[in-house]
Amino acid sequence: MTATTTTTRVTGVINGRERTLEVDNAALLLDVLRDLGLTGAKPSCEMEVCGACTVQLDGLPVSACTTLAVELDGRTVETVEGLARSDDALHPVQQAFLARSAFQCGFCTPGMIMSAKALLEANPSPSRDEVVHWLEGSICRCTGYESIVEAVLEAAEAMRDG
Amino acid sequence: MAEPRSSGTSVPRLDGPAKVTGRAKYAVDLDVPGAAHGVAVRADRAHARILEIDASEATALPDVLAVVTAASLAPIDVRFGHISRDHPALAVDKVRYAGEPVALVVAETRRAAERGARLVRVRYEDLPAVIDAEEALADDAPLLHETHPGRTGDEGFHNTGGTRLAGNLCAENTLGWGDVDAAFEAADLVVEGEYRYPMLYGYAMEPYNATALFEEGALTVYSTAQHPYMVRDDLALMFGLPLARVRVVVPYVGGGYGTKSYTKVEPLAALGAYATGRPVRVALSVEEAIYTTRSDGAVVRARSAFASDGTLLARDMDIVMNSGAYSDNSPLVCAKLANRCFGPYRMQALRVRCRSAFTNTTPASSLRGFGAPQGNLASELQLDEAADRLGIDARELRLRNLVRPGEQILPGKRGVDADLAEDLRLLTESLGWGEREGVGFGISASDAGAHPTSTALVRIHGDGSASCALGATELGQGSRTVLSQILADGLGLPFEQVAIVQSDTGVVAYERTTGASRTTTLVGRSLLAACDDARRKIRELASELATEVEDAPGGVVADGEHLGYGDVIRRWFGSGGEVVGSAAIRKHGEFEQLPPFWEIGASGVVASVDEETGRVTVEQLTTVGDVGFAINPALVHGQDLGAATMCLGAALSEELVYDGSTLSNPNVVEYRVPRVGDLPHRVDQILAERRDGIGPFGAKGGGEGAGNPVGAAVAAAVGRLLGRYPRRLPLTPERVWRLAQEAEQRETETVRG
Repeated sequence: MTATTTTTRVTGVINGRERTLEVDNAALLLDVLRDLGLTGAKPSCEMEVCGACTVQLDGLPVSACTTLAVELDGRTVETVEGLARSDDALHPVQQAFLARSAFQCGFCTPGMIMSAKALLEANPSPSRDEVVHWLEGSICRCTGYESIVEAVLEAAEAMRDG
Repeated sequence: MAEPRSSGTSVPRLDGPAKVTGRAKYAVDLDVPGAAHGVAVRADRAHARILEIDASEATALPDVLAVVTAASLAPIDVRFGHISRDHPALAVDKVRYAGEPVALVVAETRRAAERGARLVRVRYEDLPAVIDAEEALADDAPLLHETHPGRTGDEGFHNTGGTRLAGNLCAENTLGWGDVDAAFEAADLVVEGEYRYPMLYGYAMEPYNATALFEEGALTVYSTAQHPYMVRDDLALMFGLPLARVRVVVPYVGGGYGTKSYTKVEPLAALGAYATGRPVRVALSVEEAIYTTRSDGAVVRARSAFASDGTLLARDMDIVMNSGAYSDNSPLVCAKLANRCFGPYRMQALRVRCRSAFTNTTPASSLRGFGAPQGNLASELQLDEAADRLGIDARELRLRNLVRPGEQILPGKRGVDADLAEDLRLLTESLGWGEREGVGFGISASDAGAHPTSTALVRIHGDGSASCALGATELGQGSRTVLSQILADGLGLPFEQVAIVQSDTGVVAYERTTGASRTTTLVGRSLLAACDDARRKIRELASELATEVEDAPGGVVADGEHLGYGDVIRRWFGSGGEVVGSAAIRKHGEFEQLPPFWEIGASGVVASVDEETGRVTVEQLTTVGDVGFAINPALVHGQDLGAATMCLGAALSEELVYDGSTLSNPNVVEYRVPRVGDLPHRVDQILAERRDGIGPFGAKGGGEGAGNPVGAAVAAAVGRLLGRYPRRLPLTPERVWRLAQEAEQRETETVRG
């Protein structure tokens, strides 16, 4: 038996840069991003319940583990690597995660940050309950979450003031 | 003598910038040029003889390089294991659990390897399987291991119940003293019950993965291992290589919690590389990770005898652990469960028997606090029940029986290095005990620290800065930051002048393990000793340059002149140079008596129950971190809340469930870990710093303790609300609802009667 592979040429914007890629029709966005060296989004549950692979697709948070790479065509993807040009110019969400030590092993952190950023773009002044509700799709096994919720509220304040 | 300057402050984590920007590289992120991909063919049944493995269709695929089986690898013995060498990386002759690797398909791409794995045909002859641990110990049970695997003889595991093993008995530990039967005879109250602690999956979010390559007669493996040196030893034995020619490198690890202790997926990658001559990467899915390791479930039959004034007279504990198909670390869990199931209370008589049973299920091993949460549930709930029945306050009853500072929990072992009564007072005050409804709390003390072997190398460089190479793994607990603080203080340098390299057995000094909450305490001490050695060498060099030399912070005073380390090095060498200090600690001197320290747990909750649905809500969580001295208080809080949250999961929702002989919930949808919405409304974290530990500046370990009593605490809170103590975790809504119905029914009957 031989497997036939078909590919599609897609053009999309990844972290601000237009890219044209020849992708396998069955390839997942997560694998394509990681093959490009963007390994911030992580593989974990592979069934869009843990949030470790969260990236923003046209601004919306999506699980890259269950999004086909062909979906990239004509769209914009932002990953955690796209947020800061240097450690001195971190995004307010990244800054707040640092300040609150809102991570331990850090494996969930890129997805958690992208999910939080999408929330604050949609709702600049979320209540604590809204933050909790929004992050229900992201699992952290290390921290017990408290520092993460605090960090997101702190980032909201910084973004409003900034 | 070093003074704490950086230590004691919450300096920001060194790994922070890398982790919030996505730059931090985990083993799963590594790109080894030319790597092929290995995918395991897994058994679809629990117990069967392998008659034939037909790989012809798979090997015919263009991108498949090889299909590797135990038979194809002969004469290599594919078995590994640190306590018993009974665990084949690929099944030999038969499979012992559903999900066991039978063959490894190595291909150019992951997808091709997966496709190949689906095409490997295995013909089996089914054998009767046994899933339940107590059934496995019956005389007529199907036998998993025809010849008992025996023990490796490692001194660190000598007390793991390895004598007189037969049938499916994986380990048995007994301990006790006094006349137990007489004490029960004389008791005013006997509390008796059977308690069940679930099998758990640690769900470290980065599933097990490894990439292996052979080069220049040496094996290099990049992996998710917590204990790279233990993995090195297993691989060296498997391939007949000297230890010097096996290098295990561990980058950032996406969660450990004990689940990545000891050898897991590394042999599969190495065997694939051996067979193909290519670097081979094996990266498991979460489902495969669940088929790799879980924790030991336990049934605890407990009896406790009390005098009418609440004095605990005796305990009798009979425990059976479900340990799965292979030993892995279960014999040590068994020994620890025996030690951790009755205290930290004084009693005149004790009888403990703890047995670990082989069953046709996923092999069990370490998970945070192992042995302690399983035993603590029964131990603490019986105190609560006794308090109610004797009409004594549950806190007072504990205060009457808790061991005092210095008192031995286990005869001949180190006396307890903590003030448990004071911890209990802090805990119950925070919880509003006596004033609020739905309060539950518990205390535990674990013989922690493991075997105290640790070595460290400290290098002082020509500019006076210093680095250290050590084998403790950064799992997210923050060891890189804490050990840097200790290194800075050990040399009297600013935090910004030190750096640490970790977990590369080709580079760093030997470390036995990263577990048992030992790193801050034991590695911290070997590191301080290495700093002392480096400073002594600096003084030796300086005394060749000057007549009078005295120790000074960050350097020496030589003939009245302050010289930094860098000044001494530059003047002595003339050009370049560095000074290397080294040290080791071992089970000797201060560390002769085990355990090196007792890890304390003092945690409690305030909970509410919706009696309509059975749903339990944790309103408040309090942890008391009795860590002697918090080198980095923020990191201690992080560890305590993390441990407590994990055990809230075990208390309320987490349980691996076997339906017949297959696991019915091998995924994180049906195996539900705590989510952000489960976060208690109020979290109170208290530190108790009495400088009573053996670690740097009086520190002792944390990271497991806060979780250990949480299961019992939640069960006690629910029990107080419903008028009946639950004896089985997790407290799923259904179980709590049923308990509420039964309690209500009983009440009605009492009223009628």
